[in-house]
Amino acid sequence: MHGLSTFEPKNGFVKWLEARLPILSFAHGSFVAYPTPKNLNYWWTFGAILSFMLIAQIITGVVLTMHYTPEATLAFSSVEKIMRDVNWGWLFRYAHANGASMFFLAVYIHMFRGLYYGSYKNPREVLWILGVIIFLLMMATGFMGYVLVWGQMSFWGATVITNLFSAIPIFGNEITTWLWGGYSVDNPTLNRFFALHYLLPFVIFAVVGLHVWALHVTGQNNPDGVEIKDVEKDCVPFTPHATMKDGLGVVVFLLLYCWFIFYVPNYLGDADNYIPANPLKTPPHIVPEWYFLPFYAILRAIPDKLAGVIAMFAAIAVLAFLPWLDKSPVRSAKYRPMYKALFWAFVVVSIGLGYCGAMPAAEPYVTVSRVLSLLYFGFFAILPFLPRWEKTLPVPATIAEAVLAKSGKVEPPKPEPVKAAPAKAPTKSTRLWK
Amino acid sequence: MTFKETLTKTLGLAVAVAGLTAVASSAARADEHEQPTPTRQEWTFAGPFGTFDRAQLQRGFKVYKEVCSNCHELHIPIRTLGQTGGPELPEDQVKALAASFTIKDGPNGSGDMFDRPGRPSDYFPAPFPNPEAAATALGAAPPDMSLLAKSRKYERGFPKFIFDALPVPGGMYQELGPDYIYAILHGYEKDEDPNWNAYFPGHKIAMGKPLVDGQVEYTDGTPATLDQYAKDVASFLYWAAEPSLEQRKRIGFRVLAFLFILAGLMYFTKKKIWSNVAH
Ligand code: HEC
Ligand code: HEM
Repeated sequence: MHGLSTFEPKNGFVKWLEARLPILSFAHGSFVAYPTPKNLNYWWTFGAILSFMLIAQIITGVVLTMHYTPEATLAFSSVEKIMRDVNWGWLFRYAHANGASMFFLAVYIHMFRGLYYGSYKNPREVLWILGVIIFLLMMATGFMGYVLVWGQMSFWGATVITNLFSAIPIFGNEITTWLWGGYSVDNPTLNRFFALHYLLPFVIFAVVGLHVWALHVTGQNNPDGVEIKDVEKDCVPFTPHATMKDGLGVVVFLLLYCWFIFYVPNYLGDADNYIPANPLKTPPHIVPEWYFLPFYAILRAIPDKLAGVIAMFAAIAVLAFLPWLDKSPVRSAKYRPMYKALFWAFVVVSIGLGYCGAMPAAEPYVTVSRVLSLLYFGFFAILPFLPRWEKTLPVPATIAEAVLAKSGKVEPPKPEPVKAAPAKAPTKSTRLWK
Repeated sequence: MTFKETLTKTLGLAVAVAGLTAVASSAARADEHEQPTPTRQEWTFAGPFGTFDRAQLQRGFKVYKEVCSNCHELHIPIRTLGQTGGPELPEDQVKALAASFTIKDGPNGSGDMFDRPGRPSDYFPAPFPNPEAAATALGAAPPDMSLLAKSRKYERGFPKFIFDALPVPGGMYQELGPDYIYAILHGYEKDEDPNWNAYFPGHKIAMGKPLVDGQVEYTDGTPATLDQYAKDVASFLYWAAEPSLEQRKRIGFRVLAFLFILAGLMYFTKKKIWSNVAH
């Protein structure tokens, strides 16, 4: 949804470049003139925050690589050298380690935002699925990055997770051996994880490109979940309005991020990972990083290994089907009382699963994890049936109307029963930013 | 029953289950490891403005060198003792200290290994050639001390773990490692069993009580007691594990102050920009 760019090159070089590669007018159309719904709240700044975090991870990661040694007998001590001997090494390492946590924190908020406001619905299905792919890639990257430290939790976490593949019928053991590059997690495993950990963020970068492209085709959703009808009345230009708001969001998020880096840098980490990997000594509790915990809880909730693995992957995969599971014509939870309650129940269930994932695999956690896992999938199972019972609230006709209703200048819309047609992609005539 | 009622009930139930779980879990935790959790001590390096006490680090180093170094390796370069933010021993003392160690080096031009006096850039030599040798001599391999104070934590439980991260009174608790080391040194409570320690997981520790009152001589008038030794050596080990702590907290303050001001300026700019837009 590019606005009609008002970009007019004046400078000779810019004109020359425009005739050959219109990149500047493209950037202008996407980040300056781009029409942004007026009614976005601060939950919409997390896209910018995520972009910032991805760049931060790439920059700190590249610097760390300059000093890191991906070899099983040297990896741990090379990390310690970074911490002690490299100028500002501690800063880069703490920024990268806590950066991963902040990245996941932001992506979870971003995803819950999408869930709450129905951002996955027609016409944003592809945008949403690209998001799920990014999330999967982030998980793979985070997991492999954690292994690179080659501490006790790196090693044993890698052992537990790679062992999951041995649950695959018939070829399980062959696949696991192939993943390891040997008969256990060892130097070849570390080497390939390093190669992939360096590669995947750039794959993420590319998929984020597609994600943003898809976003710019459909336009942003907004808290009222109504499509842009009239660009003049419903939107503001991206710059300066959204740029400044996003910038503020990033700086406030940075405050939190820096608090972790400078004051509690090891709070989110496992102390055991400051002990070098020892294949002969299993730690009493093997716990993944916090951002994997809900899925880890689902894995352990199921007594059968294969079924557990399937359930864990299904818990992520099911997100991709959300656009078709949720059949309500109304997007935003603001106008969906039942869905809103269900959404908050889902948030509580997810956090509960995370808590159980951190606890030892003993009672009462096993039973609680089982109940919560059922509730987790129950959320998705109930969604298709929700419109049968749900009486949605009247949805404003346009963003402009929603904004005016909020500022109290206009009566809220009459409570007509909503039979809103599924949203369509904006037609050509509404697209132009005049 | 309407859907909403069902849902409210379900939610209520979920909260109740969560509450019960929390209670049951603290009970479960209590009998899972029966050793008590270490008590929180006062440390100069705790909190957002914490710094090390140089004299304390120097005393701690003395305790380490005279006692712990007989069994535990400390894999850090000797020169770091002179670095800012640490014990800050004067350069000549660091040199003299390094020279007092014998370091195996080589091979030389004729292919032989040889002994030479240490230099500040050398690492502290290990007391045993390898962990296996240490385990054979002592019953278990003593852990390397360079990261000991960062590699020990214990379960804090809900809701304490949340406050541990926050700048609230009684919060920002990051010194679990030094508290554990201090506790271990105090944990020899059974005279009849020298290898029983109240705080060691499982209580059976291969290390006999390493420190007693008066064992290390202090020249600065500090009381030569076990309690003081334990605090000093735990502080020293925390510095060894986190030598950039002072720099980190100092810079962190400036960074946060800068971001805070920037956020304020951006907030007002944003407000101005949006002032003529209803949103
Ligand atoms: C006589 C040799 C010896 C001396 C001296 C010694 N230790 Fe130890 N230490 C050991 C051994 C052996 C272990 C391993 C115990 C085990 O695993 O059962 C150990 C373990 C420890 C632990 C427990 C670590 C854990 O695994 O949780 C701490 C803490 C510790 N030592 C601190 C010290 C301090 C501080 C000093 C100096 C004041 C010191 N030790 C002096 C031999 C020694
Ligand atoms: C590397 C991670 C990601 C980055 C950098 C990123 C970036 C962005 C950006 C810049 C926007 C536009 C601003 C906004 O609306 O917030 C956006 C929108 C969106 N993202 Fe992401 N994203 C990431 C991951 C995800 C994930 C994991 C999902 C969901 C599974 C997701 C779903 C969406 C959706 C649905 C939108 C449209 C939101 C709307 O307009 O309502 N994104 N993303």
